[in-house]
Amino acid sequence: MTSAVKDEHAPELRGFREVQRLAYDCAEAVAARLTPGVTEREAARMQRDWLRERGVRDWFHLPFAWFGDRTAFAGFKVPVQFFPTDRRLEPGMAFILDMAPVHKGFTADIGYSGCLGLSPLHDRLLADLEVHRELILREVRERRSLREIYEDVERLMIKQGYANRHRAYPFGVIAHKVDRVAERRRSPHVFGFGTQSLKGLLSDALHGHRDGWSPLWSPYRFSDHPPQPGLWAVEPHLGFRGTGAKFEEILVVTDSNDPEQSAFWLDDDLPHVRRWAEEKVAA
Amino acid sequence: MNLPGARERRVRTGGIELCVVELGDKEQPTVVLVHGYPDSKEVWTDVARQLADQWHVVLYDVRGHGRSTAPAPLRGGFTLEKLTDDFLAVADAVSPDRAVHLVGHDWGSVQSWEFVTVKRTEGRIASFTSMSGPSLDHFGHWIKQRMTRPTPRRIGQLLGQGAKSWYIYMLHTPVLPELAWRGPLGKQWPRILQRMEKVPAGDYPTPSLPEDAAHGAWLYRDNVRARLSRPRTDAFAHVPVQLITPTGDIFLSERLYDQLELWAPQLVRRSLPGKHWVPRTRPDQLASWIGEFVAANEAAQEDGRPVQDTAPTGAYADRFGGRLVLVTGAAGGIGRATAFAFAEAGARVVAVDRDAEGAARTAEMARLIGSPAAWGEAVDVSDEQAMEKLAEKVATEYGIVDVLVNNAGIGLSGSFLETTSEDWKNVLDVNLWGVIHGCRIFGRQMAERGQGGHIVNTASAAAYQPSRALPAYSTSKAAVLMLSECLRAEFADRSIGVSAICPGIVNTNITATTHFAGADAAEEKRLQKRTSRLYGLRNYPPEKVADAILKAVVRNQAVVPVTPEARGARLLSRFSPGALRGIARLKPPL
Repeated sequence: MTSAVKDEHAPELRGFREVQRLAYDCAEAVAARLTPGVTEREAARMQRDWLRERGVRDWFHLPFAWFGDRTAFAGFKVPVQFFPTDRRLEPGMAFILDMAPVHKGFTADIGYSGCLGLSPLHDRLLADLEVHRELILREVRERRSLREIYEDVERLMIKQGYANRHRAYPFGVIAHKVDRVAERRRSPHVFGFGTQSLKGLLSDALHGHRDGWSPLWSPYRFSDHPPQPGLWAVEPHLGFRGTGAKFEEILVVTDSNDPEQSAFWLDDDLPHVRRWAEEKVAA
Repeated sequence: MNLPGARERRVRTGGIELCVVELGDKEQPTVVLVHGYPDSKEVWTDVARQLADQWHVVLYDVRGHGRSTAPAPLRGGFTLEKLTDDFLAVADAVSPDRAVHLVGHDWGSVQSWEFVTVKRTEGRIASFTSMSGPSLDHFGHWIKQRMTRPTPRRIGQLLGQGAKSWYIYMLHTPVLPELAWRGPLGKQWPRILQRMEKVPAGDYPTPSLPEDAAHGAWLYRDNVRARLSRPRTDAFAHVPVQLITPTGDIFLSERLYDQLELWAPQLVRRSLPGKHWVPRTRPDQLASWIGEFVAANEAAQEDGRPVQDTAPTGAYADRFGGRLVLVTGAAGGIGRATAFAFAEAGARVVAVDRDAEGAARTAEMARLIGSPAAWGEAVDVSDEQAMEKLAEKVATEYGIVDVLVNNAGIGLSGSFLETTSEDWKNVLDVNLWGVIHGCRIFGRQMAERGQGGHIVNTASAAAYQPSRALPAYSTSKAAVLMLSECLRAEFADRSIGVSAICPGIVNTNITATTHFAGADAAEEKRLQKRTSRLYGLRNYPPEKVADAILKAVVRNQAVVPVTPEARGARLLSRFSPGALRGIARLKPPL
């Protein structure tokens, strides 16, 4: 990966792009099937079944679904609150689907925000995420330290009037590394996380600790280093008084000297990116 | 009656003649205002005048009151059934083929409850706004419930309302009330109203008061005992109801309306700081709520969406819906969170800040979460002329501010010897003069309107906690605290509340822009970063301060320390100031 460039045909990137597309297809398919009364558990199961039918056997983490004020992680204190509950979807409610399937040895981790019906507030949040996607890419290309970029993202959120909700994630991460995962016959998971992927993350953490970097992108000192080459699943998450929205997708970081090649989003044909483009055309 | 363009007519019904007055455009939906006891239709003068701009407004003197004739004999002439006949006769005369919107105050509301719960008026009433007058049937059930299943709380409620209802027992005595009203009480009544209720003088009460009050005693005698002992079980409202509860009503407890949803399934609640005679003392607010409710119901009839579904749901929505709130320093931190909290409660918000873009953003987001209207204004609060201009613009374009939050402030740290006079000037200009300008200019408008209001000043825990690190900042905030307390004393007469909020250490942007006296640019940057990080670690959210501000307005609290450390310091400042002085000598770990 370290010498990879933005090449549509690089087999490795193609594999990641395919699984990311697959996950987003799943999110769109499930979102289209959500109706009033569906619970978070049911939505999570719908994602799991959809992906299983298409050959997914292992997970970085099992699918999540958050409805209503849980999209803004209102009152989240302990990690078990992330798991799907019996909260039912109601008209006008925001929802987030989040899944991280492993397919043919490639991992993706995606987040999809939607709303059942029309909500001008939710539209605003989604629209405001666009500048975050641009900001993150620009500053990664400038090789700013991950902690600094994190702080800039947070500052922008506060300027927009939002609360930073990825602070509520474990270690307050905005992103984490993803990698290839060895395919095994059995793929057990603990607390919703695939053991194979956790093993990868753990070994990254060990190596990184020796070399002074971390596979977690957080506001803490261990993220005070320039972006490490590799694939990062980035998830800026906005919260505003009981409504939340985020996207999550893979950012490719390489050691190339060309700024264009040094960092790029793995795929620019994703639902939220298409949405922004459509809005611009409409405007 | 002091109403330009009023058209008077007489409506005959059941052997009496009612004096009916119409205002406004006849083509518009009709709003019928029913007065209470011991009033005549003149109690509505100010409200009617404002409503007439948009609606067809109808007022009438209830039988035996004002210029309407009294039934003979009086006994049995004031039953709710007969009052319903009167209302239907008026409605048929003024709006024969369209349902009317009904508004009642005091006994006007009591009888209107009868109108909206009986079968024969179905289709004739489009909505009902009730203030200070419960349905006698609901009241009867309320008492029964508390008598049959008493708990200490319920007995308390019963005794409380029982004490407030003293005048009802008095009015049941024969002859005496009439003698009192025709004698000394009738003469003193206007003065009593002015003193107790702060009702402004004007065309009310009318000279017919002693007669009205004497006749009106029969309203009680003909109905109260009968209905309270055998309340109807089918008294369900068949129209949307807006309930406006004055919080300082000495005749009616707010608890009376506890389970009103059961009787009025389409209910919107409002509460208003004021005493019993709100049509005289709070006409602007009533006119705007009535107008809004009528408009919402007219619109609902067209697109079929129930009115209460569109009402805001935030905390204290009953209190702040439709009110005008101005917040300074609204581009971030506590100011922005406060603007959002008011917006969620349905208030109209003016977001003021030096940062035009931030203020506009606050206004835009406020509209998205329930504010019916919000505006961003770029003004520096320390600039007196700019504030004058803002006040003029707000008054002419949006109305008189109901709640003013003087929140804008800047930070300044550093020892006294290193603080220059320029530093002093800057911090006092914004933190103290900003508040003075706000209170002076907007406070005057509030006082001149004479319909109450509230001012919130953001002070700080530093106002009572001395510190060697914040001499200038603490001084400015202590001044704000004292100013608020003095103003509170002065404005109490005018029903304008004043609260000082002392937040404590809250995670806002103030630390990132605090000036550190005596530090060079690099050192200042480092200190800003470091304090921001410390405040971030403390991580007390500005939203909680905003909640405290709304609560302070609702409860009219004088001084509100918010974070635990602010509350602790406040306690120490009162009981052990020496300890605080000791803490003040410690060097902050920066």
